[in-house]
This record gives sequence, structure tokens and C-alpha cells, in this order.
Amino acid sequence: MNEFDENAPAIVKRFMYVNRRAPYGTIYALECLEVVLVAAAFDQDVSVVFMDDGVCQLKKNQDTTGIGMKNFSKTYGALDDYDVEKIYVEKESLAARGLTADDLVIPVEVLAADDLREVMAQQDVVISS
Amino acid sequence: MLHLINKSPFERNALDSCLRLAKSGSAILLIEDGVYAALANATHAEKIIARMDDFSFYVLGPDVAARGLSDTPLIEGIDVVDYEGFVDMVAEHDATQSWL
Repeated sequence: MNEFDENAPAIVKRFMYVNRRAPYGTIYALECLEVVLVAAAFDQDVSVVFMDDGVCQLKKNQDTTGIGMKNFSKTYGALDDYDVEKIYVEKESLAARGLTADDLVIPVEVLAADDLREVMAQQDVVISS
Repeated sequence: MLHLINKSPFERNALDSCLRLAKSGSAILLIEDGVYAALANATHAEKIIARMDDFSFYVLGPDVAARGLSDTPLIEGIDVVDYEGFVDMVAEHDATQSWL
């Protein structure tokens, strides 16, 4: 049995993608979303975190017609289609911006830093942007 | 002087530096990720509210709308301008300083 053996049990690693940037001002948010959607095709244990300005990526009612950029906030709805169901938002980051889970485009699990810390510590791979 | 802030106050200290160094009477326009500084219920709001007498604050409407903040309370007293208003402000001031 080796890593090329199709009958070998699949190795599933825990991948966490940590979004800490606002959308549109830089390309990080859009790039990370695309990476997550690609990675989701590999049947790994994927979780996505939105914290700091990253929570702004999920704000409802984005309308980019005035700035001539693609509104990619609707694409977060595709995460569920790709079976990416572990979506965490840090409670403290929402509060600092005067936002609540009701302001977000998709259902998420809001976790306080004390709880998010434990989830982060369990990961095999953490990718930040 | 017209001061331009295009960085989120949560991520960079551009707004803090501008507020510290801009002369009283200056105009400060929040654009791009700088518009997050205009959120009325955010932790940074107090910084701007405390300086309302020193500066006139503006925020670029299309950047507010892009970020989904048109339905979100902004700090009272910050005027929303469009791109034409932005151009007018640049023309009206003798100089523009960008806090990159």
C-alpha cells in the first residue's frame, strides 16, 4: 500500500482558512474565497473563519455598481453547495464593527475568541489571508 | 488641505495619524476601506466624533454601497459625496494629502 494506491484509506486533514481582510480594498478576500472553493473539491475537512475586517466580507446588501468591481458576496452562498459547512465568525470582530449575525449574507456559527481558539488549535493546516 | 483615508481603521493607523497631524479646518474624505471608520456603532467612531469641531468629514457613497453599508448607521455629521463631489473637493482645495 502506498500513497498512489486507490484503495488506500483517504487521508483527511483539517484545513482552516482564516479571512482577516475587508473585501474590495485588496484582492485577498476574493482570492481566498476562490481557494476555498477549489480546496473543497478535495474531500478534506474544511472550515472557514471570518474575523477582524474579514467579517465585512459577509455584510449583506453589497452593491458594487458604483465602483466597477464584481460583487462576489453572493458567491459565499456557494460554500454550502460545496459542502463547506463549518463557517465561523468571531464574535468580538462583529461587535467591534457594530454588526450582528443578522447582517451577514449566509448563516454562520458565531464563536467567541475563547471558543474559536480551541477550534483553531485542532487544525492540521491553517491558511490565512 | 484635503486629506484622503483609504485604509480601514481596524487594520492600519492612517486615520489616527491623519487626525493627529491634520490642521484644524481641514477636510477629511474616507474612501475605499477607509469608509469603515464612518460606522456609527463601531469602536473607532469616537475618534471621529471627538474631532467633529476641528474637521469636516466626508465619505464616498459608492464605496459605502459596495461594502453593504448603505443600510448601516454612519456617524452623524459625516457628509456622503459621490465621485463628482470627490472631484469638486479636490478642485476646491489647494492641495490633497493621501494617507496611504
